[in-house]
Amino acid sequence: MVGSVELFIWYLGTALELTFVVCSISRRSFFAYFFLNLYMLLSAAASVGRWLVLRRYGFDSGQYMYCYYYTDALLTVALYVSLISLYSRVFGELRFAKHMRLAAVVLLLGTAGFSYAVVAQSAEDLKTHFAYQLSQNLYFVGIVLTYLLWAAVLKLRETRTRLVQIVLSLGLYFSAYAASYALYNVFPQYGLVRYAGGVLGCLLPLTWCITMFRYSEESRLAPAQLVAVPR
Amino acid sequence: MMAAIILVVSLVTLMMFFVSYCRSLMASSASHSLSEEVRDVAGIRSRVSGQDFLRVTQLLRLCPERPADRLRLQAVQLYYSVLGAAQSLFFRMLPWFSAWSEIERGRCAYFVAVVLDKRISFNREMLAQQVEP
Repeated sequence: MVGSVELFIWYLGTALELTFVVCSISRRSFFAYFFLNLYMLLSAAASVGRWLVLRRYGFDSGQYMYCYYYTDALLTVALYVSLISLYSRVFGELRFAKHMRLAAVVLLLGTAGFSYAVVAQSAEDLKTHFAYQLSQNLYFVGIVLTYLLWAAVLKLRETRTRLVQIVLSLGLYFSAYAASYALYNVFPQYGLVRYAGGVLGCLLPLTWCITMFRYSEESRLAPAQLVAVPR
Repeated sequence: MMAAIILVVSLVTLMMFFVSYCRSLMASSASHSLSEEVRDVAGIRSRVSGQDFLRVTQLLRLCPERPADRLRLQAVQLYYSVLGAAQSLFFRMLPWFSAWSEIERGRCAYFVAVVLDKRISFNREMLAQQVEP
């Protein structure tokens, strides 16, 4: 059963995702950040699809479970592609964008292969477990790649405000998501923890909206102001 | 055990990203020099310190707000509160942290003072436009 608080967070998240796309279009940056917009559009479409399945078949139905895990896996792949597009922007001037795309595809296929190998040994329902396993492993890969990207942003002294803030928002989102996941495992008895995932889902479109709305593509900042302790 | 380790590591990285994110929000205000008027109104003598934050925030509430500033301001207010809480927790254990967080709280206060400065000039322009025939 989905409560009214969860539904409210769900609607809010979807509204924020669509707001980001509207912000991008109004700021004429839709194609400049195409994969971020694609992720937000897919996420909003997945929300609508899940809602329709939920209404028709109910929360405990097999149909809703399939719909949830498959759309989740699809969204994680879309977020991974968005992250790689940010890599391309950061490393765009270093002329190894082509090698990076190849490495990203290899990493994605490797993660999918690893997930399949894990699931094939134990799971009864291979299809759902594969979607779940792939989603979880890709999230972990995403977290590591975001940290590496942030390190690269600092090392290369990136000055583009939008790009820096989008990467930071992604880092915030992944860290908070990992923390909420761990919190749920450490303290499953606290009901408040189960809302954390939904609230964090709103964090990413909200921070990206602020960035898109507040800064233009030409905005620049001094890299020295980003590090907590000056070097 | 594994979940507890993931929790600690993710909280540390969360704080790292949060600090950098707030700093990136405040970065644009660092190059803005405060007007004499705001310095007088807020009672800021030379350098803006963390202790000025609450006073400047109270002044900010008296001034009609600009929607564009709201979310950034809330993020910086949260950052200031987190710094205050961390300072009161760690000031005995980590003396360097106290000095660092005081500098950061000063940055937060400076950011709020810049927002106040911009709000005053924005409202003044709006008033001038209304008065003009």
